[in-house]
Amino acid sequence: MQDRANHRFVVTRHDFSMLLATLRERGYLLLGPTLRDQAIVYDEINGAEDLPAGWTDEQEAGQYKVKRRDDNALFAYNVGPHSWKKFLQLPSLTLWKAQKTDNGFKVEERDEATPRMAFIGVRPCELRAIAVQDQVLTGGDHIDPDYARRRKHAFIVTVQCTQAGNTCFCVSMGTGPRAEEGFDLAVTEIIDTHRHEFVIEAGTDTGAEILARVPHRSASEADWQNAQSATQRTAEQMGRQIETSGIRELLYRNAEHPRWDEVADRCLACTNCTMVCPTCFCTAVEDVTDLAGQTAERIQRWDSCFNSRYSYIHGGIVRPSTRSRYRQWLTHKLAYWHDQFGSSGCVGCGRCISWCPAGIDITEEVAAIRANDGGGMEQGRKTNE
Amino acid sequence: MGDHQCPKLAVWKFASCDGCQLSLLDCEDELLALAGEVSIAHFPEASRAMAPPPYDLSLVEGSITTARDAERIHEVRKHSKTLVTIGACATAGGIQALRNYRDVKEFTSIVYARPDYIDTLATSTAIADHVPVDMELRGCPIDKHQLLELISAVINGRQPNIATHSVCVECKLRGTVCVMVAHGQPCLGPVTQAGCGAICPGCDRGCYGCFGPQDTPNTDSLGKVWLQADRQPDELRRVFHNFNAAAEPFSEAGSKYGQDDHS
Repeated sequence: MQDRANHRFVVTRHDFSMLLATLRERGYLLLGPTLRDQAIVYDEINGAEDLPAGWTDEQEAGQYKVKRRDDNALFAYNVGPHSWKKFLQLPSLTLWKAQKTDNGFKVEERDEATPRMAFIGVRPCELRAIAVQDQVLTGGDHIDPDYARRRKHAFIVTVQCTQAGNTCFCVSMGTGPRAEEGFDLAVTEIIDTHRHEFVIEAGTDTGAEILARVPHRSASEADWQNAQSATQRTAEQMGRQIETSGIRELLYRNAEHPRWDEVADRCLACTNCTMVCPTCFCTAVEDVTDLAGQTAERIQRWDSCFNSRYSYIHGGIVRPSTRSRYRQWLTHKLAYWHDQFGSSGCVGCGRCISWCPAGIDITEEVAAIRANDGGGMEQGRKTNE
Repeated sequence: MGDHQCPKLAVWKFASCDGCQLSLLDCEDELLALAGEVSIAHFPEASRAMAPPPYDLSLVEGSITTARDAERIHEVRKHSKTLVTIGACATAGGIQALRNYRDVKEFTSIVYARPDYIDTLATSTAIADHVPVDMELRGCPIDKHQLLELISAVINGRQPNIATHSVCVECKLRGTVCVMVAHGQPCLGPVTQAGCGAICPGCDRGCYGCFGPQDTPNTDSLGKVWLQADRQPDELRRVFHNFNAAAEPFSEAGSKYGQDDHS
């Protein structure tokens, strides 16, 4: 959009509810943060009343706790157990279904009706994660048609981060806490003792059009400065960081670093880090038949490089040890993702740290390797796999 | 039904509670379809009508705890084209494998009015310790969807989709919030094999490990996490020495946290 400064508005708390109602009236399925099972999860919401007003969270490695705030802020929490990939790259998806016929089989027509989804509360790191998945799943010669269809219809309301969590490290990954592009609307929540309002920037014509239907005023220079300094403060609160300079080469030359053995002692090979990661995109396919052998289905579901069978090829498993799986995951994410897709695969959201039951911290692992660059490798590794 | 061309199904019981074979009868919606595709040739719990061997598919429930059963399982194997063990008893010795850590005579003296009537082995062992097993279904009890998947696969001559990864995958696929990380609950999910659909975490409880160890279980690391969360070593011993007490990774893990020398 041209002339972004003219597309900055202020919407009151009351009218923010109207913004969501307007999206609903326009036929969008509202998906957003809501409090469930003592966590802020992403799910279908009816409107602003379902948002986690007055809730926040405290996170540490292997720990997540929701906490009550002393105000009614709608977006004063950090990313939780879910990511938007659950709506774009479904956890489980039937790719095709076929019926047996007298002469062979017939593949059924697929119902390709795709809901028009509005994502409410996409954080800047998550916005980058969606861009990363776009590149992976639609950027090459082989486009994932289901992802592409869902993605095409998604309306994105980004919420700029006005506080950082202990496991956040978006600043060092260059992905936040303020998004500059890639959204339809970008919201900065301003809350203090005498006001609760939202500075909203339209990033697309569709965004501007939706916003035009909601009572608003133009943002003053002071409003905009307020919004900017809110995210600036967040940048200064980052819980963690990764030193990214030369990280590709660092990891490539430390493929035999003893730290991989050490982390493998703690790693549960449970897959939690990959399942919560907003960019991990790996899937498996399963073919199933019914008892009578009359129908067959191919189902795609999330898989993980921490599963042994993930690396199964005829004759055996390529990565039988947890050491090899952890090294593969971290090195892919931070190093050869650059070679493969032209960016880092890590957006600094910190989910893999918080949701690892053993509290393994990717930032700590990288720092340990950097602190002892090339160290201990002359001793060789414990095992060869 | 009873079509002679249908594969012949047999269900066998060894030392067990019958819960796993009940899962077959519990297939309610699919039972008629199943009866149309297989000939139920030997299933004493469901029917008195019994057809003679051989059998195409034998489902074996229960563990080996008597000398007679140690013989009988060889007969079953001999008569079965495909032998599938179902449930924690058949695949790992079951809860009754707790005797493996104690003196079984002591147990019988406490439990039975006339222990001299009891003729039992000192251990409870998995079927695979006695005869070759083609496939196994874990669980206490097994999951009926996995059972139907396995039977469908055998009938249609394909590989069954039976995952060997952790329960965590199932929690994540269904969007369940991690009960360990978010609720501080002890959970065996990270070291336990999937298949149940993550029933317990879905009901806000930690996993009990009834599907036994996943294929790469790191019980040491999980144990450390529990201890750091102020769980007691004895608690760890008891959770590992449970339904799958004799499954090797759980057996070793449990023994590491104490001796099973008190009841």
